[in-house]
Amino acid sequence: MSLRSPLGRVLGKGAAGEGVGHWWVQRVTAVALIPLTAWFAIALVGKQLQSYEVMRGWLGQPWVAVFALLLVLAVAWHSKLGVQVVVEDYVPAKGPKTALLLISTFVHIAAAAAGIFAILRMALA
Amino acid sequence: MNQRPLSPHLGVYKFAYTMSLSILHRLTGVAATFGFLALVWWLMALASGPDAYARAMRCLGTPLAKLALVGFTFSFVYHFCNGIRHLVWDTGRGLERAQARMSGAVVVVSALLLTALFVWLGCRALAVTP
Repeated sequence: MSLRSPLGRVLGKGAAGEGVGHWWVQRVTAVALIPLTAWFAIALVGKQLQSYEVMRGWLGQPWVAVFALLLVLAVAWHSKLGVQVVVEDYVPAKGPKTALLLISTFVHIAAAAAGIFAILRMALA
Repeated sequence: MNQRPLSPHLGVYKFAYTMSLSILHRLTGVAATFGFLALVWWLMALASGPDAYARAMRCLGTPLAKLALVGFTFSFVYHFCNGIRHLVWDTGRGLERAQARMSGAVVVVSALLLTALFVWLGCRALAVTP
């Protein structure tokens, strides 16, 4: 006998009330990150990294800036979801768990904001 | 409440090498998070001007930072390769034991080769002085 209510079964949102949302967004961002990270890593090691002018000029180009923005957003989101799963699995005590999840969320949002700000500043200067 | 079993039950399985690959996926994922924070710090330095960028690059030139960069490179490359393996599993393919062992070996060898390649390319890119 199932203890799930008919409404609960139809909504399919499970015990956490989020359904497969977390799992699915983790996959969507993973797929997006395959081309984005491959492009960024390959482009980066092909540049004169010691030259401020070269690096600034590269990241100031419109399409480079757009894809760098997408990279920062997708990494921040993917990373936030991943760290959340690790914390939920290995930190059983409620207090420390909630504190770590809050810190992780704030750090990820701050990092995303800083990354976006830095790229926009270079692209729009 | 505290007696309830917690996923992923690390203590109850006999050790298998595919299991260490799965644990390594999580470890490299967390390490890559710190790599992401380093990337943002580097972007902020680049956006702040030539002096800040020169300081950041000097910082990245210290032995400890170089070691961290090699670690981030391996973490990212391994997580990238094993992540593709996970996405293939999500389609329902490659889940048999022999297949999972085989794909695991492919991931480890690819990750080590790509780490060596990117460390070499990175050193070459860093060696060019403006």
